[in-house]
Amino acid sequence: MITLTTIYRAVPGLTEAELTQFIDADWVRPVRRGNKPFFTELDLARIRLILDLRATLEVEERTVPVVLSLLDQLYATRRQLIRVLAETDEATRARLMELMEE
Amino acid sequence: MAQDPYSTLGVPRTASQDDIKAAFRKLAKKHHPDLNPGNKAAEAKFKAASAANELLSDPERRASFDRGDIDAEGKPSERAFYQQYADTHEGARYQQAGADDAGFADIFADLFNRGGGGPRGGPGSAGPGGARPMRGQHVQARLTVPFLQAARGETTRITLPDSRNLEITIPPGTDDGQVLRLRGQGDAGWNGGLAGDLLIEVNVEPHPFFRREGDDIHIDLPVTVAEAVLGAKVTVPTLNGPVTLTVPRHSDHGKRLRLRGRGIPAHAGHMEGDLYVTLHLVIGKPDAALEQALGAWATRNPENPRAHLTVPT
Repeated sequence: MITLTTIYRAVPGLTEAELTQFIDADWVRPVRRGNKPFFTELDLARIRLILDLRATLEVEERTVPVVLSLLDQLYATRRQLIRVLAETDEATRARLMELMEE
Repeated sequence: MAQDPYSTLGVPRTASQDDIKAAFRKLAKKHHPDLNPGNKAAEAKFKAASAANELLSDPERRASFDRGDIDAEGKPSERAFYQQYADTHEGARYQQAGADDAGFADIFADLFNRGGGGPRGGPGSAGPGGARPMRGQHVQARLTVPFLQAARGETTRITLPDSRNLEITIPPGTDDGQVLRLRGQGDAGWNGGLAGDLLIEVNVEPHPFFRREGDDIHIDLPVTVAEAVLGAKVTVPTLNGPVTLTVPRHSDHGKRLRLRGRGIPAHAGHMEGDLYVTLHLVIGKPDAALEQALGAWATRNPENPRAHLTVPT
């Protein structure tokens, strides 16, 4: 688990107001223990992604949820495909690869 | 030798700082790895552009590079991208509510309704009324699992009504009513269609003293009068063996204590839960000495703990 202090150290330039906003908007979901939020590597990478979206990719604040929602759906579909392929036998997997490369 | 940062960003050597920033943003929008999962070429381009931008957006380093004092090292600051984690099961924490079985399911359903031809049709697809591949039926079953096995997870063998013997894995943290899906273990398909799934609804047996609430476990722990008043170290059973708990001095009946992380173990997108211990005062076998001591104590401490229990008439 990653603490708040480590998050601020790992992401220079991240302000408390920004992180609070990310959490209040449900863009980032730390786990709460007592009154303290705890993060994982996934959350840390997501915070960096949101900062990239805002600063580098010039996504406006009110459009961020749209982008995140589309990304979450993209990754959900990828996880589903990964899970399905893991349960598929070799021959079927090879056939699916063929079809996808068509 | 790393590529020239100016050509990486596609700007002339005379470009202003604003031009450089704009060029980097343009490339980042196209090639950001988290927006292009699995695309190695995009990732390489993004990293090259980041490195070029890091060098050229710093006027001092840019000037040293222009004078030939430093090379373009081509190494951007290392960082982990979101896509590295989002593809793992932990990524499911950011799945949208209700999106559990979305994704491909509707596409498959459409394909089978259309009779296997698929949107493209084409040679080899069965015509209407032909021998279409049909998916086998899903088969439903129920399985009763003891509380501890469901909470900890286990592998067990089951026998199906068609007398097949299957090994199934009950994942840790399995809750009452949860359905385990064994793909392809339902009825066989027809004409080369996929077999259906076996859907096993798990009924978790109640435990004599553990109660599950979400990812937490609750237990009522009997303590003696002496332990409650004087404080004590007592042993509490947990899923993974007994642990020692400190009962603070002057603990009242019903006081709740928490053992962090001793609840349901971490599973698919859930953190491990906690174990909540509620103290239950038991008198045990009072003897004359206790009666005497309490009698004297009660005389010295007249108290009415029911004073607040009034009902307006």
